[in-house]
Amino acid sequence: MRAYIAARLATAVLVVLGVSLVSFLLTFLTGDPAEIMLPPGATAEHIAQFRAAWGYDDPLFVQYWRFLRRAVHGDFGVSLRHGQSSLPLIAARLPATLQLTVTAMLLAIALAVPLGVLAAARRGSAVDLAAMGVALLGQSVPNFWLAIMMILLFAVSWGILPTAGRGGWTHVVMPAAAIAINLMALLTRLVRTTMIEVLAEDYVRTGRGKGLREIAVVARHALPNALIPLVTVVGLQFGYILGGAVVIETVFTWPGVGLFTIQAILNRDYPVVQASVFILATAVVVINLIVDLLYVWLDPRIRVS
Amino acid sequence: MPRLARAIRLVRKSPLTCAGALIVGLVIVAALGAPLLATTDPIDQDLTAALKPPAWHADGSAQHPLGTDHLGRDVYSRLVYGARISLAISVLAALLGAAVGVAAGLIAGYAGGRSDLVLMRIVDLNLAFPLILLALAVVALLGASLRNLVFVMAITTWMIYARVVRGMTLALRDQELIQAIRALGARDARIIVRHILPNLLPAVMVIWTLEVARVILMESALSFLGLGVPPPTPTWGRMLAEGRDYLTAAGWISVFPGLAIMVTVLGINFLGDGLRDLLDPRLRRQT
Repeated sequence: MRAYIAARLATAVLVVLGVSLVSFLLTFLTGDPAEIMLPPGATAEHIAQFRAAWGYDDPLFVQYWRFLRRAVHGDFGVSLRHGQSSLPLIAARLPATLQLTVTAMLLAIALAVPLGVLAAARRGSAVDLAAMGVALLGQSVPNFWLAIMMILLFAVSWGILPTAGRGGWTHVVMPAAAIAINLMALLTRLVRTTMIEVLAEDYVRTGRGKGLREIAVVARHALPNALIPLVTVVGLQFGYILGGAVVIETVFTWPGVGLFTIQAILNRDYPVVQASVFILATAVVVINLIVDLLYVWLDPRIRVS
Repeated sequence: MPRLARAIRLVRKSPLTCAGALIVGLVIVAALGAPLLATTDPIDQDLTAALKPPAWHADGSAQHPLGTDHLGRDVYSRLVYGARISLAISVLAALLGAAVGVAAGLIAGYAGGRSDLVLMRIVDLNLAFPLILLALAVVALLGASLRNLVFVMAITTWMIYARVVRGMTLALRDQELIQAIRALGARDARIIVRHILPNLLPAVMVIWTLEVARVILMESALSFLGLGVPPPTPTWGRMLAEGRDYLTAAGWISVFPGLAIMVTVLGINFLGDGLRDLLDPRLRRQT
């Protein structure tokens, strides 16, 4: 048990190191960072000066080591566009992104669990078919298109929801729903499948045999066991949800990390891109770690062995 | 007519798979036959015919069945040509991803030991990145050409094959049949190519189909954000983005490309699900 946790932690640290290496190397994909960061038409002398000043003439591993040492101190360099340290710029936008992604996750779970359970309990019924139809559509719809269609309907035609920005809860509804749709579809299918399996277990039959009402069997005995895989999948999907936020934030000009990063990418603001890729990927690693440990704690079968 | 009878039975048994096959078939026909099917040149601008509504509107005309965009380009023709980009990128990227992923999975599963450890850590690493963010950053850096997009999309898909193939190879490697063949003196390369790979193909094909659908969604998102195949080439994602500014006046510019993406992805998913049930129902849990 302790050995498992230690091994899992070591893996996470290793992956974060790899994440830092990839974020670092991103800048070198196009060739000479000096030429990218300096305005076009810079003289050769200028470029040489810049390279020397920022240490681009050192061997790559020396540069990586320096990047790593500074990253540990939260220093990812100064944003080329904003003239400020890039980490605080990103940190200031994290709450907005968190609000959006957490709302989206909760929304997806809140819709998927009852839908999946109903579909499994009434297998082959109209409810089941409808739930599966919703799931299939939800898996195939481009979320940014759904976002635009929602704007057209709820904001432009009916005028009941705001089109952009962050404010009261009405601002969160559409972007969160757009991010939630794909996850909701996936979770509905997952809950249905696991529920069908769990409902065929012996202890469920025992529950029915001793005269429990069906609702008690489903809610008290079957559902908790069916929810364990849900935890893992929601955790694994966190990266996709963040990715969804990147796209959806731009549609709704939601002032989060996603929108900020896209702008940085389009403006070639490399320190910001590096920092935000590193931070978002690290967040995914940490969430996955937590989920893995949570899984051990949730499932007694694993906890004991 | 035994053939017709068989076809009818197939449709009855699995109508969704058949619907999927039909949709995918239509999209392929549209992509291949774009020059014949399009009514006008997809990049021809005609400002006098800008923002014309679809044919069924009072102001619409049969000349532009799905209306025109802000530059007077025919939405229908652009959709048909857009199918080319979506299909080309997703099919090629999924193939490249499959080739790399299957190779990595085979090596990791068959050789085990240190190569397994290293390869699987690379998989973990790749999975840690929000893929669309990685794709965006890399495309922005390398430039958005067709070739680069295929390459970038492949980066977002190979890990899935690697994981599944590794697991299956591990299980196969230790089967008595394979051990017997090894005892007979067969070389590793021969065992892998002749005895392990064929067992993996059904699973790989199912994943490939579902990954094509996912890559189409991601490519259209990239294109929507302005980092797809550069203009004037029509892509579904960018058509959608361009229509955003005319939502109230000319919603059709955004509605149809979105529908095209959704129906295509839906069709591929139907087909993939059907293939999975047909080839290997056990895969249900893994994909």
